[in-house]
Amino acid sequence: MSDVKSARPLSPHISIYKFRPTMAMSILHRITGGALYVGTLLLVWWLVAAASGPAAFATASAFFGSIIGQLILFGYTWALLHHMFGGLRHFVWDTGRAISKTTSTTLANATIIGSLAATVLLWLGILIFG
Amino acid sequence: MSDFRTPLRRVRGMGAAGGTEHFWRQRLTAVANVFLITFFVILLLSLMNESYDGVRAAFANPFVGIAMALVVISATIHMQLGMQVILEDYVHGAAKMPLLILNTFFAIVVAAACLFAIVKMSFGA
Repeated sequence: MSDVKSARPLSPHISIYKFRPTMAMSILHRITGGALYVGTLLLVWWLVAAASGPAAFATASAFFGSIIGQLILFGYTWALLHHMFGGLRHFVWDTGRAISKTTSTTLANATIIGSLAATVLLWLGILIFG
Repeated sequence: MSDFRTPLRRVRGMGAAGGTEHFWRQRLTAVANVFLITFFVILLLSLMNESYDGVRAAFANPFVGIAMALVVISATIHMQLGMQVILEDYVHGAAKMPLLILNTFFAIVVAAACLFAIVKMSFGA
């Protein structure tokens, strides 16, 4: 790739590093972001259907109420919460705090545990009170 | 040809320089999204068991219309910025520019469709 011939050190390939929680959260932040990106099409569908009339709205409602629809919404809820918790973590880092090895690992673990717990709690609430 | 260029000239424009505005908008929309998406989720929960008429009545409320428009604007700007970073990191060569263009188009189409629906429902047509 580079035609520079020198003894200057180059970045080693990432595979030489042991996989850490912070790395997992880094890539999960991107994956959830990408999922939310594509998932906005569902929001378009729902809003345009509601604006179009009862028939279109009934079709959309039937899909979101189906098993597959509910599974997608469950996954979307997790992606949303995980991306939000990851974003809050970035706000903390932006102030220059919580960047030490141990604290950042603790925060990474808290992000995944928090997002999973919040998603399950929210959907338990929907199942019980919905 | 590259032999005639200095190493500095070859790397200019390849890095993160000039990305301050991008970074700032990403954070600005992120802060907005924390509040707006929370509102959006609560709205969805409250409309979960509503009929078509109930949903239309909710969207006829000016507060819901304005807040949902803000949700769409902030979220689509944020996702356009985020996907741009992903593309710039992973896609190189001929595919990069078309995908960056598609990314922007996608975000604008999503925003336009959502805003049209919200405005239509707000004005009760």
